[in-house]
Amino acid sequence: MGKIASSRTKSRNSLMDWFNQRLPVTQFYKDHLSEYYAPKNFNFWYFFGSLALLVLVNQILTGIWLTMHYKPDADQAFGMVEYIMRDVPWGWLIRYLHTTGASAFFIVIYLHMFRGLLYGSYKKPRELIWVFGMIIYLALMAEAFMGYVLPWGNMSYWGAKVITQLFAAVPWVGDALVEWVRGDYLISDATLNRFFALHVVALPLVILVLVVLHLAALHTVGSNNPEGVDIKKHKDENGVPKDGIPFHPYYTVKDIFGVGMFLLIFLFIVFVKPDMGGLFLEHDNYVPADPSSTPEHIKPVWYFTPFYAMLRAVPDMQMGALIMALAIVVLFFLPWLDRSPVKSIRYRRWPYKLMLSLFAISFVVLGWLGMQSGSVLQKLMAQILTGFYFFYFVWLFFYSRNEIYHEVPERIEK
Amino acid sequence: MTDNVNKSRRNLLMGTSAVGVIGAGFAAVPFIKSWLPSERAKAAGSPVKTDISKIEPGQMINVLWRGQPVFIVNRTEKQTAVLDSLDDRLKDPNDETSIQPDFIDSKFRAKRQNLLVVIGICTHLGCSPKYYPDLVPQSFDSEWQGGFYCPCHNSRFDISGRVYKGSPASRNLDIPPYTFLDENIIEIGTDGGTA
Amino acid sequence: MMKKVTLTLACLMFASLVSAAGGAYIGEPANTNIKSQSSLQKGAKTYMNYCLGCHSMEFQRYNRVAEDLGLTEDEMMESLVLTDAKFADKMTHTMTREQGEQWFGKAPPDLTVIAKARGVDWLYNYMINFYVDSSRPSGWNNLTFPNASMPHVLWELQGIRKANFETHTDDQGEDHKEFVGFETIEEGQLNEEEYKDMVRDLVNFLDYSAEPAQLIRMSYAPWVLLFVAVFTFLAYLLKVNYFRDVH
Repeated sequence: MGKIASSRTKSRNSLMDWFNQRLPVTQFYKDHLSEYYAPKNFNFWYFFGSLALLVLVNQILTGIWLTMHYKPDADQAFGMVEYIMRDVPWGWLIRYLHTTGASAFFIVIYLHMFRGLLYGSYKKPRELIWVFGMIIYLALMAEAFMGYVLPWGNMSYWGAKVITQLFAAVPWVGDALVEWVRGDYLISDATLNRFFALHVVALPLVILVLVVLHLAALHTVGSNNPEGVDIKKHKDENGVPKDGIPFHPYYTVKDIFGVGMFLLIFLFIVFVKPDMGGLFLEHDNYVPADPSSTPEHIKPVWYFTPFYAMLRAVPDMQMGALIMALAIVVLFFLPWLDRSPVKSIRYRRWPYKLMLSLFAISFVVLGWLGMQSGSVLQKLMAQILTGFYFFYFVWLFFYSRNEIYHEVPERIEK
Repeated sequence: MTDNVNKSRRNLLMGTSAVGVIGAGFAAVPFIKSWLPSERAKAAGSPVKTDISKIEPGQMINVLWRGQPVFIVNRTEKQTAVLDSLDDRLKDPNDETSIQPDFIDSKFRAKRQNLLVVIGICTHLGCSPKYYPDLVPQSFDSEWQGGFYCPCHNSRFDISGRVYKGSPASRNLDIPPYTFLDENIIEIGTDGGTA
Repeated sequence: MMKKVTLTLACLMFASLVSAAGGAYIGEPANTNIKSQSSLQKGAKTYMNYCLGCHSMEFQRYNRVAEDLGLTEDEMMESLVLTDAKFADKMTHTMTREQGEQWFGKAPPDLTVIAKARGVDWLYNYMINFYVDSSRPSGWNNLTFPNASMPHVLWELQGIRKANFETHTDDQGEDHKEFVGFETIEEGQLNEEEYKDMVRDLVNFLDYSAEPAQLIRMSYAPWVLLFVAVFTFLAYLLKVNYFRDVH
């Protein structure tokens, strides 16, 4: 028995050696899993990174399967979705996994970003991780927008019209740019076709490359943690951080539990409430695209509504588009706007806690406002909250310079 | 770490992995099954009804079923008279490898002796054979007894769709399931049994 | 902090659900039951008899309807398929778009997924709130969908009613018409309850046809969630076991 086992180990080793001489598989496994030391104190906020990866895989798989049954043709697209929902065996499930996945992607990403804000994960030396993350977020918005056009419902159509119209805000070349993006004088078959190509090939490739860069940058400097202390400062005699644990098996096991929790909620929505009462799949998008009839309230899907509320809050279209763009651009600069040496919110004082709470709430309320019809009061609220959104960053820039904070411990206490 | 912890950990690992693998198996089912013919394909491939009263003796009509040609030949007695004498020249006179419904006999290969219904696709590489009804010498066969000839690779079949020796095709022409709804109407695609 | 965010999120969800219902006159809920096959069968029959002439269901197939509603091919073909369609055909009609526009001013829309777009309550109220209005080209108007171009196809069943309005003048001197009630001009073949039940079944069928997969989807839900719950529980135990090492 012992003999067989050892000979088996031996042959496995020689096989691995063969590979390792040609491609350092074992080294890669060690660097990124079994000897990648992550802080031992991750809490539930740290699930969302791996969950984003899970949702990405879900989107790619279900997306590939959907393209097998869909045709990007303005005359057929609406019917193709119903074909998938009815005629293709199990097509309904594959489609709902994809549509729910789109919303889940943004929920997970927003929580993932908020985690970064809570624990200062964007701060030196992790600025580049944050910047790559922001580019992923941008690419994801483009991906989601173009995917939303594909079912060719009336909301797809008018949403595409309004969003592409934003390019008209670009000085001098605006109108020509709009025509170029649409490939026609209106949203048409040409637009649908190019959005399909971008949605299923170009942007997924971009997102995949960015995810690799995001992770590579993360694994170069190591993970932050809820205490915001640097675990690499205290290493044992083998060079292993004293407060670190190998990612595999500890965090793979923990993340699998996170995946289970996520799937419970995700699959509940997929199987019980895939429309989410019109939030994930909008009512007006069950009416075929009709260039001659505008839906009563044009609004984007929920994950864009904070920015849409900002766009509508500004009376001038060009200014509104600029404000909306700035709202995203300013996030890129967060690592340099927050000048405090303290990372985690746990060691910052009440002014920061209060302001970050207000910032998060204003973002959520803006999201709600973006879904409403836009009464006078709602518009006023949107204007105030948009103002606060930007004020937060200005405040942060000055406040963080001489911030008074609690003493940060040297190591992670149990 | 004690042995006890080790053991319970191993059991939990096995249990979680097993449930996970079963779950992955379940998850794969919709993806695999979505490749099966859709309802649209099934509707397009549903049984086809045809009126056979208009086929003159010796004539053949061509009907599309599931996108493939189905030959329906109203054979004359003169055409079928030769069937008994051909066994020596045929690869599989007794339908041992043929793909056909159970009700088919190996000589006439038909429910009604005069009416041949075969899928008009050569069992060699999928060309559609041509119908040569006359019992006259042909360039490809000096003793031609009437039947089908595939121009792609010279496969020859008799008037019951049975393949001749010396042809590249190895199997007799396939026969689809079919039913006579009444005297004049045949439905291709449903197996009505011998009735 | 977390609680605040969660609370705001919850409010947001709720508010958006409420606001979706605003607008049209919805007097009473539809109270349909998608699980009742007999209701769906009656609804399908009403649809074939009264609606399909003008409103196609171009994504729905007869054989799928039969399967989901528990009907055999013969039952379906004999009592429900009134055209010369085949069993696997889609539920289309012969009226062209141009004819529809000519006859009704606006081509009658396809109704396969209308319940997703409008919701069952809207559809139910639309079908019970027709009244005569000589100012409309069709002679009919609707409380739920004012100035709809569709005439009241089921008037023989519901009867003929007119709507009474009271006019109020508000502070700004603008007139507002307020609906006060219906007045029956001619009795229909059905009494009010019978008519509402018929419409309820019809709307139930529309709800079904908007997503035939919902029947199977709902039936899978408990098993899928139970399975994932077991998996998550095991994963939790495993995680706890591993983290005993971490001090």
